[in-house]
Amino acid sequence: MLFYVIKRFIQMIIVIAIVATIVFIFVNMLGDPAVLLLPPEASPEELAKARAAMGLDSSPWEQYKLFVVNVIHGDLGNSFVFREPAMKLIFERMPATLEIVVLAMFIAALIAIPLGVYVGAHPNTFASRSILSLSLLCISMPTFWFGIVLILVFSVQLGWLPSSGRGDVVIVWGMRLSFLTWDGIKHLILPAITLAVQQLATQLRLTRAGMMEVLRQDYIKFAKAKGVSPHDVLYGHALKNALIPVITVYGLEFGGLVVFATITETIFAWPGMGKLLIDSINISDRPVIIAYLMLASMLFVVINFIVDILYTVVDPRIDLR
Amino acid sequence: MMDNKSLISKIIKSEGLYNFKRNPFAIAGALIILVFLFTAIFGPHMVSQNPYDLAQLDLNDSYKPPIWQEGSDPRFILGTDDQGRDMVSAIVYGVRMSVTIGFCVTIICMIAGTTLGLISGYKGGRLDSFIMGLVNVQLSFPSLLIAMLVLIAFGRGVWKIILALAFSGWVTYARTVRGTTMSEKSKEYVEAAKVIGFPERVILFKHILPNVMTPVIVIATLQIGTVILSEATLSFLGIGIPITEPSLGLLVAQGYIVLFSGLWWVSVFPGLVLMLLVVGMNLLGDFLRDEFNPRLK
Repeated sequence: MLFYVIKRFIQMIIVIAIVATIVFIFVNMLGDPAVLLLPPEASPEELAKARAAMGLDSSPWEQYKLFVVNVIHGDLGNSFVFREPAMKLIFERMPATLEIVVLAMFIAALIAIPLGVYVGAHPNTFASRSILSLSLLCISMPTFWFGIVLILVFSVQLGWLPSSGRGDVVIVWGMRLSFLTWDGIKHLILPAITLAVQQLATQLRLTRAGMMEVLRQDYIKFAKAKGVSPHDVLYGHALKNALIPVITVYGLEFGGLVVFATITETIFAWPGMGKLLIDSINISDRPVIIAYLMLASMLFVVINFIVDILYTVVDPRIDLR
Repeated sequence: MMDNKSLISKIIKSEGLYNFKRNPFAIAGALIILVFLFTAIFGPHMVSQNPYDLAQLDLNDSYKPPIWQEGSDPRFILGTDDQGRDMVSAIVYGVRMSVTIGFCVTIICMIAGTTLGLISGYKGGRLDSFIMGLVNVQLSFPSLLIAMLVLIAFGRGVWKIILALAFSGWVTYARTVRGTTMSEKSKEYVEAAKVIGFPERVILFKHILPNVMTPVIVIATLQIGTVILSEATLSFLGIGIPITEPSLGLLVAQGYIVLFSGLWWVSVFPGLVLMLLVVGMNLLGDFLRDEFNPRLK
């Protein structure tokens, strides 16, 4: 077990190194930030000075070496626009993103799992067919469009909920949080629902598939034959095993939602790290783009590592090699 | 070699077609796809204007509401946008772009992923570990992030978005095909082909390939919808299709800017059409998946 953990840990470090290199190469293919940041009438001397100030005057190889050293020290340079460390900018905006992601996952699980159990246990009722069709609609729906329709209905037409920003925030341990004020909650509802919808549909289908698979197995038949009540068979015997695949994708879905939140944040002007990424792409703010990509990739690599380890703990049948 | 007649009669008598005819969802999906294919191929010749030719636009026509609202213009059934573009024409051009990108990306992914999967599964060893290592790393990142990374590096453009989405979409094929190839290669027909002395290339593409195509077709049908949605999403975010080209995602983005002035039709209709297209793909894809999955029978 320990050997396996160490082996996976080394793999994780290698992947992070490769990702860092790819991110560095790709982002260096962007246009010259000096040209983009200075006014068009800037002289060649001014451009050269600006490049030197941003550390862009040395050779790509030198820049790469410096980049590696800095990454190890957790320093990804200063934003060209905000003149502040890129990492600091992203960390400042992270609580906002996590807030809608966590709420969205909560909403999704709360609705998807009971519905998925029902649909899996009674596949041929009218209600099940309707739920399943509705989930297909949700999967096929463009997230950004759904957010816009929500704004149209609840903000523009009905005027019930705000359509942009975070509202009043409370500062807890240096993090700005919206869900502790009534105004903040009102701002949270629409973005969280937008983000939750696709997640909800995916989880529902996964729970349903797991349930159908489990219900066919012999131990369920045996439990029924033994005279266990149908309710206990469903929620006692079947659900536990049906949820294993749902839980294992949960971690990965969390990371996916952090990236998907980019869309939601753009629509609702939610000041999270996804919106920061899109804004930085539009103004070629290289350090911030690199910092976001590095942080997002690391998040995935670490989540994968944890999920893999947990998986072997939950299911001892898995071969460690 | 199988002649065409027996192939057709085989399809007509097949269980799959029988099930298809009894499944209203699958038929609906197929019909939706046919309508969209027709629109993509012939639509641009049938609409009143080319909305991406600036000479054909008139700013006096801008912001006309759909035909059932007050102040509408009978020439524009679904209204116009800020530049006087007919929404119907713009959507038809957008559909052509969505369908083209959906098919191009899927075909590229299918060819690249299947080839690498075949080689990986058949050869094994170092090459296999390398390809599968790549696949596993890529699968642990969301495809949207990978596509974003490529687009950030290369900028906006139709071919660039095809490249970006293909780059993030080939892995599913490679993984599935590798698994099937590994179980196929120990079967007698492959042994026989080896003994006869066929070159590896022939064994791989003539003998094994037909036997791994079933899951490939299912993945492809389900992937087209995902690709179309991803293209629209990236274009909406302003890192996909450039604004000079038609795209449903960009239309929604333009509509979003004027949403608060009550001009709802610019973003609502393109999104609705996009959803219908993806629903069609998913309905057919779900049917094919259930049909070809032996575990559900």
